Amino acid sequence: MVHGSPVEIPRPSVGVSVPRVDGAAKVTGEALYVDDLPKRDGELHGATVRSPVARGVLRGVRLDPAFNWSDVTIVQAADIAVNTVALIVDDQPILAATHVNHVYEPVVLLACADKAKLARAVRAVTLDIEPLPPVFDMEQSLAKVEIIAGEDNVQKRYLITKGRADVKVEPGAVNGESATAIDAAIAACDVVVTGRYFAHHQEQMYIEPQGVVAWWDTDGAHATGSIQCPFYVHKAFTKAFLLDADRIHITQAVTGGGFGGKEEYPSIIALHAALLAQKSGAPVRMIYDRKEDIEATTKRHPCICEITSGCDRDGTLRALSIRMIMDGGAYVTLTPVVLSRGTLHAAGAYRWDDVRIESIAVATNTPPNGAFRGFGAPQTIWAIERHLDAVAKKLGRDPIDLKEQNVLREGDVTSTGQVLRSSVAGAECLEKAVLASDYRAKRARGPVVSGRTARGIGAAVFMHGAGFTGSGERYLKGKVAVDLLAGGRLGIRTASTDIGQGTETVFRQIAADAAGIAVDAVDFAVPSTTTCPDSGPTVASRTVMVVGSIVENAAKQLSARVRAEVEAHGGTFGEATDRLIAREGPITSLLQYAPPSFITWDDTTYKGDAYPCYGWACDVAEVEVDLDTFEVTVVDFWSATDVGKAINPVMCKGQIEGGSLQAIGWAVSEEITWRDGHITNPRMTNYIIPTSLDAPRFQTILVEAPFAMGPGGGAKGIGELPMDGGAPAIAAAVEHAVGVAMGSLPLTPERILAAKQASERTSA
Amino acid sequence: MKISLTLNGAPRELDSAPLVRLLDALRGPLGLTGTKEGCGEGECGSCTVLLDGDPVNACLVPIGQCEGRAITTVEGLGEMAHLSPLQRCFIDEGGAQCGICTPGMLISAEALLRRVPDPDEPTIREALAGNLCRCTGYQRIVESVRRAAELLREGAAR
Repeated sequence: MVHGSPVEIPRPSVGVSVPRVDGAAKVTGEALYVDDLPKRDGELHGATVRSPVARGVLRGVRLDPAFNWSDVTIVQAADIAVNTVALIVDDQPILAATHVNHVYEPVVLLACADKAKLARAVRAVTLDIEPLPPVFDMEQSLAKVEIIAGEDNVQKRYLITKGRADVKVEPGAVNGESATAIDAAIAACDVVVTGRYFAHHQEQMYIEPQGVVAWWDTDGAHATGSIQCPFYVHKAFTKAFLLDADRIHITQAVTGGGFGGKEEYPSIIALHAALLAQKSGAPVRMIYDRKEDIEATTKRHPCICEITSGCDRDGTLRALSIRMIMDGGAYVTLTPVVLSRGTLHAAGAYRWDDVRIESIAVATNTPPNGAFRGFGAPQTIWAIERHLDAVAKKLGRDPIDLKEQNVLREGDVTSTGQVLRSSVAGAECLEKAVLASDYRAKRARGPVVSGRTARGIGAAVFMHGAGFTGSGERYLKGKVAVDLLAGGRLGIRTASTDIGQGTETVFRQIAADAAGIAVDAVDFAVPSTTTCPDSGPTVASRTVMVVGSIVENAAKQLSARVRAEVEAHGGTFGEATDRLIAREGPITSLLQYAPPSFITWDDTTYKGDAYPCYGWACDVAEVEVDLDTFEVTVVDFWSATDVGKAINPVMCKGQIEGGSLQAIGWAVSEEITWRDGHITNPRMTNYIIPTSLDAPRFQTILVEAPFAMGPGGGAKGIGELPMDGGAPAIAAAVEHAVGVAMGSLPLTPERILAAKQASERTSA
Repeated sequence: MKISLTLNGAPRELDSAPLVRLLDALRGPLGLTGTKEGCGEGECGSCTVLLDGDPVNACLVPIGQCEGRAITTVEGLGEMAHLSPLQRCFIDEGGAQCGICTPGMLISAEALLRRVPDPDEPTIREALAGNLCRCTGYQRIVESVRRAAELLREGAAR
């Protein structure tokens, strides 16, 4: 029985579920993840000594004199040329030097060939820290109960104003004319609703923990590992080691999931491994165990949204005021960008005449929060969707009717003043998901109580900006190289990594169709800063839409040259290619992204085209709530999702289902618990991600509203969108089942019981 | 101590302290890195292997208990050029994304299909409940196993 034979792939390949190109290596165990890489000569293991204190002055480091340190390499802050993790703001040291600002902050690095001895060495280091009062609560940070960062604990602010609230640009203002104006606009409305909504931390929980192998040789510094964005690590090395760009070589190993968790964090573990390698003169392998990974690496930002809105009696939404706070953690990392995306999605997928959104990120003495699929949007979409459910309740209408009435359509204007010209599919997604789930009949029937369970259904409507915000792509200047290879093959060189989402396969499909060749005639180089141009990071739902379009153009360009050669001198595509190469030497198309010319964006006023286009979706969740324990089980999940064009439908559905399940976990079972700045559940045993038994059957409907500038006939971003709608859809279903309107995540039995008792007290 | 065992059908010997984890023995001296470590405490199932035909977490089994026993890892299921139906279906049906849970997932599925040739969906989900996946939402994995069972039954009928 031979099942390994290659599958015949039709042409064109776009729209066909081409089997994953890296599949065979992954199902046979041959794919080499970082910890599978062969041991290098003289290799050492690396470990990190971390602060047990949330905030304090670092007085000293004591090495147990009774311990034999002779074969242990020790690195401290003083060993580092420039002790800064290069990212947006230079506030985070690579190793704490004078102060610690969160529990688990790295202070000392150790390396040793003997792993067991290394673990003992970590315990033989004592940190002398004089504690200072920590701040763990974001509202207390905003109230400045202690100043823990900068002058006022504030990491970033934004203000969006539209309509009558657009009276004065007042960056940084807490109150002002626009606040007065939006209050007046809301007060003039028929129906006013106010609510407060909270979204919690979430751990990415990629199944492969973070890891890097680093070494130095005559070419400079090398690091290879589980990395989403090799050029982030490259930039961090340039700064810390004062090295020229061509002396740094960062290469991706096969990566076992990222979800944002391996966007910026790998710079830190790679710097740590490279520092130990530099000092010891030996290669250093640093692989976190699960506990250290959960404790030390970034999480999703917690977020509080206070929303007041006004609408007409007929449900037409009019005015919206949002005040939101995000918890950035101890250092800024990517918080300004996360806050930006959260702010830009806070008004939801709806038309509003007058808008004021004021957002603030503050520091706390908790590990820095960072990138996680959705990047701030799931938190604010949670809030606005729950809020619209409350508005609908006050109007005595079903939430889906209110949402259908107000969802943005072609020609409508968003809260930043962006006119949605095309590729607008919110209404279509809503209609399809509602139909497939039989939502209206189930809502009309009311909750179905059978025995000790109550079944309810709920929906969320949402959109997610694809690509970098505003002018981001203009600054990034993402590049891709495509080589013309012997025999008429193409070779793609890009820094866009495949971390499971299928980049390798989808890029081959795009290039193959653009050049009119077979998918298996296209190669994909291992992403490395030495051999690949900087395509920009693998983030922001931009890989297929933005980088894929560069791949498409480069492949078209090369193919046009070959076809011209065929036209002029005959022969096959392969023969003409060989003649061209023989005549001209190596032929490469190196192209840079050209953002759509219609995009205008003002970073100071936060007005204009926030994103080149949006993906749209409607999720419907059906839940069962145990009436004795209030345990929530998601039993069915429908998603109608607009992807522009599904390049590879199986992979596309895989993104939607996988993202939806992460949303379900965030909603019902995942919760980081804290005590004095320590995480009390840093294990898979007590941080509960869904298993195959917890996952509902997904019914995924692909909607295709093409984006004219997208590759393959209009593809848009899909990576993050599926993370946005699950939580509010489930909360709406819980409300339908048991009548409790939850404003805070997660929807654990304890919280639902407390909310039910509170609402019963209020009504009594 | 000297330990003799059967690994993917072939006799193997190694010299190891008895409390070394089977996972470390496989990935180290036995040279098979297809078995992955995701948590080291028996939660994620990434290190699932067959021990005398039963799926176990290799991070919880001391090598000393493997004397005289048969172990099957992902490398024993099929090769790049000769994939097993289960492996083929994980590729074609989208059962593997990042791939880190895939070896353990395949082993649990293999154990199921050896026992139950025609499993329904709840049976498949139950059999895979000890293997965490963060990428797929499980649906394509369940689909892969169901499709592989079909292929195997068709093959057996022929």
